[in-house]
Amino acid sequence: MSSHDLSSSPAPARSSCRSCWLAAPGLLWMGLFFLAPLALVFAISFASRGTYGGIVWELTSANYLDLWHPLYGKILGQSLWYATLTTAICFVLGFPLAYVIARSPARWQPVLLLLVMLPFWTNFLVRTYAWMILLRQDGLANSLLIALGVVDAPLELLYTPTAVVIGLVYGYLPFMVLPLYVAVERLDPLLVEAAWDLYASRWAVFTRVVIPLTMPGIVGGSVLVFIPSLGSFITPDLLGGARSMMIGNLIQHEYLVVRDWPLGSAVSFVLMAIVMAAVALYYRHAARTTGPLEGR
Amino acid sequence: MATSSTPPFTVSGLSLSSTPPTIDIRGIVRRHGAVTAVDRVSFQVRRGEFFSILGPSGAGKTSVLRMLAGFEDPDEGDLLIDGRSMFGVPPNRRPVNLVFQSYALFPHLTVLENVAFGLKMRRVSPTLIEEQVRQALTMVKLLGKEGRMPNQLSGGEQQRVALARALVNKPAVVLLDEPLAALDQQLRQAMQVELKSIQEQAGLTCVCVTHHQEEAMMMSDRIAVMHQGRMWQVGSPREVYERPCSLFVSRFLGVSNELPGTIGPWVGEDRVFRPTDADQMPLTVRTVSTEPAGRSATLSLRPEQIHMAQERPSTSDPVLAGRIEKVLFAGSDTKYLVRVGRDRFWETRMVSGTSLPSFAAGDPVFLYWSRADARLFFE
Repeated sequence: MSSHDLSSSPAPARSSCRSCWLAAPGLLWMGLFFLAPLALVFAISFASRGTYGGIVWELTSANYLDLWHPLYGKILGQSLWYATLTTAICFVLGFPLAYVIARSPARWQPVLLLLVMLPFWTNFLVRTYAWMILLRQDGLANSLLIALGVVDAPLELLYTPTAVVIGLVYGYLPFMVLPLYVAVERLDPLLVEAAWDLYASRWAVFTRVVIPLTMPGIVGGSVLVFIPSLGSFITPDLLGGARSMMIGNLIQHEYLVVRDWPLGSAVSFVLMAIVMAAVALYYRHAARTTGPLEGR
Repeated sequence: MATSSTPPFTVSGLSLSSTPPTIDIRGIVRRHGAVTAVDRVSFQVRRGEFFSILGPSGAGKTSVLRMLAGFEDPDEGDLLIDGRSMFGVPPNRRPVNLVFQSYALFPHLTVLENVAFGLKMRRVSPTLIEEQVRQALTMVKLLGKEGRMPNQLSGGEQQRVALARALVNKPAVVLLDEPLAALDQQLRQAMQVELKSIQEQAGLTCVCVTHHQEEAMMMSDRIAVMHQGRMWQVGSPREVYERPCSLFVSRFLGVSNELPGTIGPWVGEDRVFRPTDADQMPLTVRTVSTEPAGRSATLSLRPEQIHMAQERPSTSDPVLAGRIEKVLFAGSDTKYLVRVGRDRFWETRMVSGTSLPSFAAGDPVFLYWSRADARLFFE
């Protein structure tokens, strides 16, 4: 019995690595279908465009230098603005929602969360088309506004930056709500009461206790909304006009319309660099404000 | 509970001084749906008093505390602090601070920031905050740990931070919700002494909610016994322990050795008590009760009021025959479980290490007590 016990208990260090091979399929998949294409795109970004749209393997940094053109800067700035605005609106809308869900009776929470995720059951493209119908000149939104007497004539909603932000907020709100829900659910309600008891007004309770203690969720949700918003192209393509082109549309445009793959690749890499820098900054800031407890 | 709509209620120990009581609760009622959590509760707490609300879980004592803190408002009645009605006043505008059972320390703030929170919210000047926080931390012996985070502290230290965080604000009342329940036995006893001395030193007025009767008796100036939303008795620890006004209070504040029976005629100053069990002899009880003879009653005695003898003692005091069922050695004293009826057991105690005769399980014994000690409760 005792000899069996001895032989069956492996050294802890060895056992932790013995299961490493389980990760091999995943790693292989990521290597083949994520890293390799990424490397290819990186290589293409330093190649030149052929006359009829092919790739000519002449090493050049011209694609990156071309991006200094003010037009690209404008598109990038616009994209960052839309993504930031979307993230902010999602937070303002999502926080109370997450709070209410997390504080509702336990048996209702799964139902409410399901409702938040319900839109995902329908194709994103279809849902975006639905927004086109809603925001049209004679669409539901305008009919409602006129019926309520808010406006006299139909507003121009579709093909405006407003429509793009509405679409982005609609699309990515659940990504904000879910991490916030987890964070609020973990927040001890007694801490809110304790702050209230210690003379904090409702606003002070929110800013001094609720916000700092749900910071991991706020950071997580913001990152999950900001990144796809910045790179989105279906929403601005369908809901925004020519004026509201985002960086995602630019990439699509270079690849599929202009057939300038090298320039498209360069834009992709610049976008990636910006996203990574933004996220790194954000996490660092969040770790500082959250303190050593919740720090990463 | 259907037999009596109002519990026997006695209040004693109220001061006759002219200053208004720090807390004046007037007939508050609190309902949670169909359940009446607090039912017509009234009491007053003097300045500097340590007042405990004692009761089993679900008695409604936490509801009373939450109404004092301002998290809930009573459905009926009023609640005055320093003579001012607190109805509709939110917690952040009340001169009370609560020490939570789980402490509820802010995990993202240091000890210093936790204790300073209340002063900061009231916009006290930073120099004054520093001075007062230092004073509070000195009082709870936590000086030198200002920079720690709550999760770096032991349970006892967290308890002290919670206490300091409340008393630093110099509130009119400190509310304590099962303050020592989360501590282990040894720490708990040390903190009972310390909490009491801090309270006396700082002259704090405390309202403490607990289900731990020994703790309530050791720390409190007065105890209110609560059960099923009602307040059954208010008085000093000695009063509620020695002169409980109901069987419930008697049972809740220690061991109650009981014998059901009927009250008989007067014999001089005493009355005859006939136990229901046929094999027990009638006993004499000294009582001021004027209940008519023939009423059923329950006789109750504390373990320490009962003496034990191997031979039937020659005394005019009541004697009850029994047989030792179990001997439980508990260190400083020994508990004896004595069978006095078919399914009736009494508990007696003897201080260990005395030269008294020792009893063993199975021994026949005679229990006797002073006729003035036994208490009678009528249904």
